[in-house]
Amino acid sequence: MIALAFTLILSACSQSSSSEPDNKKSSGKLEIFSWWTGAGEEDGLKALIKLFKEKNPDIPVENAAVAGGAGTNAKAVLASRMQGNDPPATFQVHGGAELNDGWVAADKMEPLDDLYDKEGWKDKFPKQLIDMVSKDGKIYSVPVDIHRGNVLWFNKKVFADNNLQAPKTFDEFFKVADKLKAKGITPLALGDKEPWTATMIFENILLGTLGNEDYQKLWTGDLKFDDPKVKKSAETFKKMLSYVNDDHSSRNWQDASQLVSKGDAAMNIMGDWAKGYFVNDLKLKVNEDFGWVATPGSEGQFMIITDTFGLPKGVKNVKDVKQFLSLLGSVEGQDAFNPLKGSIPARTDADESKYDEYGKQTIKEFKEAKLAPSLAHGSAAPEGFVTKANQAVNIFVTQKNVNQLIDSLNQASSELKK
Amino acid sequence: MEPKVLPSFQSGSSLAVSAKKRKKWNVDQWLSFAFILPSIIAVAVFVYGFIAWSGYVSLSNWNSLVPDLSFAGLKNYLFLFKDFRFQADLRNTLFFTLFFILAVLFMGLLLAVFLDQKIRGESLFRNIFFFPMALSFIVTGVIWQWLLNPATGVNLFLKKFGLDSLWYTSVTVIPGIQWSKIQFGIPVAVIAVVIAAAWQMTGFSVAMYLAGLRAIPEEIREAARMDGATEFQIYRKIIFPMVAPITVSVVIIMAHISLKIFDLIYAMTGPGANFVTDVPGVYMFETTFRGNYYANGAAISIIMLLSVAIFIVPYLISSRKGES
Repeated sequence: MIALAFTLILSACSQSSSSEPDNKKSSGKLEIFSWWTGAGEEDGLKALIKLFKEKNPDIPVENAAVAGGAGTNAKAVLASRMQGNDPPATFQVHGGAELNDGWVAADKMEPLDDLYDKEGWKDKFPKQLIDMVSKDGKIYSVPVDIHRGNVLWFNKKVFADNNLQAPKTFDEFFKVADKLKAKGITPLALGDKEPWTATMIFENILLGTLGNEDYQKLWTGDLKFDDPKVKKSAETFKKMLSYVNDDHSSRNWQDASQLVSKGDAAMNIMGDWAKGYFVNDLKLKVNEDFGWVATPGSEGQFMIITDTFGLPKGVKNVKDVKQFLSLLGSVEGQDAFNPLKGSIPARTDADESKYDEYGKQTIKEFKEAKLAPSLAHGSAAPEGFVTKANQAVNIFVTQKNVNQLIDSLNQASSELKK
Repeated sequence: MEPKVLPSFQSGSSLAVSAKKRKKWNVDQWLSFAFILPSIIAVAVFVYGFIAWSGYVSLSNWNSLVPDLSFAGLKNYLFLFKDFRFQADLRNTLFFTLFFILAVLFMGLLLAVFLDQKIRGESLFRNIFFFPMALSFIVTGVIWQWLLNPATGVNLFLKKFGLDSLWYTSVTVIPGIQWSKIQFGIPVAVIAVVIAAAWQMTGFSVAMYLAGLRAIPEEIREAARMDGATEFQIYRKIIFPMVAPITVSVVIIMAHISLKIFDLIYAMTGPGANFVTDVPGVYMFETTFRGNYYANGAAISIIMLLSVAIFIVPYLISSRKGES
């Protein structure tokens, strides 16, 4: 026993003595917190960090990425660190409600207006985007990338073989779907093992049915969920669900994309990270093997998902963090990161030639389109509402009870305003 | 070291006596007390302290990122019992626990009796049966998801024979009696999770039963055979009653695993369509760490703790009685 105690004490001593120099360093370390551990996104992050190190060799950087799809695990780790007053130097957060109704409302973020002024960013990012990362007139984070959520992907070969055109309206969608169904091809691939994929379909139907203005009003409370147009959207959603694959609840979004790539299914509604999956993982060719259009009724609109980084309160190395943020917001930083991740830059003046055909078209459309915040990805409403909406959608996919869905959404939104 | 200390506490019938005795502690006893002190403090703070904290949070209004510890009474609990998802969770946990324990007991006893027949290559079979225990539930979940998925594995065979391969994702509840917000009955999709969980944990009950069977002296069987009992009768009248205490232990250990199950479900099926395979652990994780409903999440945790306590507390009481 005593011998054991001695070894414990000894090892404790040796640990503390060896960790001392580490401690000194870590107080000045720039800890970058994200959930970018997947194929392209990790490469993008590493390219950014490399670029930062070249420019600032004196600042030690730590990549504190936490693995886990859509940031589930990372967000849990972040929440406990923020509440324990141990924030990372800067962290990934979706622009919109996730930032504003979450961390800004909890008084955990520093405003970045001075940085925007210094770098002259206010006319480099679209105004609607800056609004998404602002609360009460102050800007709280720097957007790095843009993903589009309202994209309908389709297998070009299947469409060509059956003489079909990509649908632009709901009527066209159902006509196409009926023809495909008659041929024994699954019209729409869905993988809702994680229910947010079904929520994405629903939000895109809402955008396509309500139009941009009314869609935005849902999140400010100016339009109630029992509005007839929302009901109509739910009916459309119900009808669309009758065209999906039987085993949808055992698949995730990648599995659903595979159905489209193999030609077992013809279409798929997913954010444009699906393009990265098609190209990098499934080795498909852009605009040869697969094509894309905006989801029915949402042409000229841009369901936006944006990753941003901010400055938490209580961080010691504020200057270093701002140094990093100014690289994130620069053309150079955005063009180092986005081509690898498969997203498009948040700035409107980035170098288009670095992006593929899909990227070029999306960059162009991003400049012209009306932006709409995504519900499924936490930009439109606080996480609490998103969780409830996902639950309601999960029940709806099975029970297909329109009134029940509307009631649940209504109840969740009224709870929010309390 | 513990047994040495404890009798000196218990043997004193009055405070004065125990105080006297405490004075008589020798260096060895002090040292042993000093050694367990850190773990007593750690358990007090990190186990009981945090259970108490969770209990407190479950009675508060803390349902956003901003901590709000004002007293809410039983609001969070009332919400849960009216909630479709939580009602479904209770139903799923009930049937999952029931079938899982039955499967583990039945398969465990069967395989243990089989191993006890002095067969050739017994140690090989024993290792095969025990091996799944060495895996984590996450690994088990991923493997069985591939095996039972409608698009892969076992179901490709079933399809060849014209059998329905969609039971894995089925939303059917048998018999599906409407009860409050949910359909009450056995959710078909739970069967898949039961298979995976039973596959993993059967090794444990095999080990327990095998130890029990080996502890039964051969003389008893001999005597029974002399009295003209058939092999079947020997098992039914002698062996099974003698291993009954083991059944109690297995049930309690399996129940606390199944009531708290999270990783297997999370890796294998997720909450499932219409929440047919959702369990309180998964709901707790999602509502707390995705939705920031801290108070609701704490309430779910407390309910899980109480449901496990139903099994564990009587067991602890009876085993204490047995000791003294």
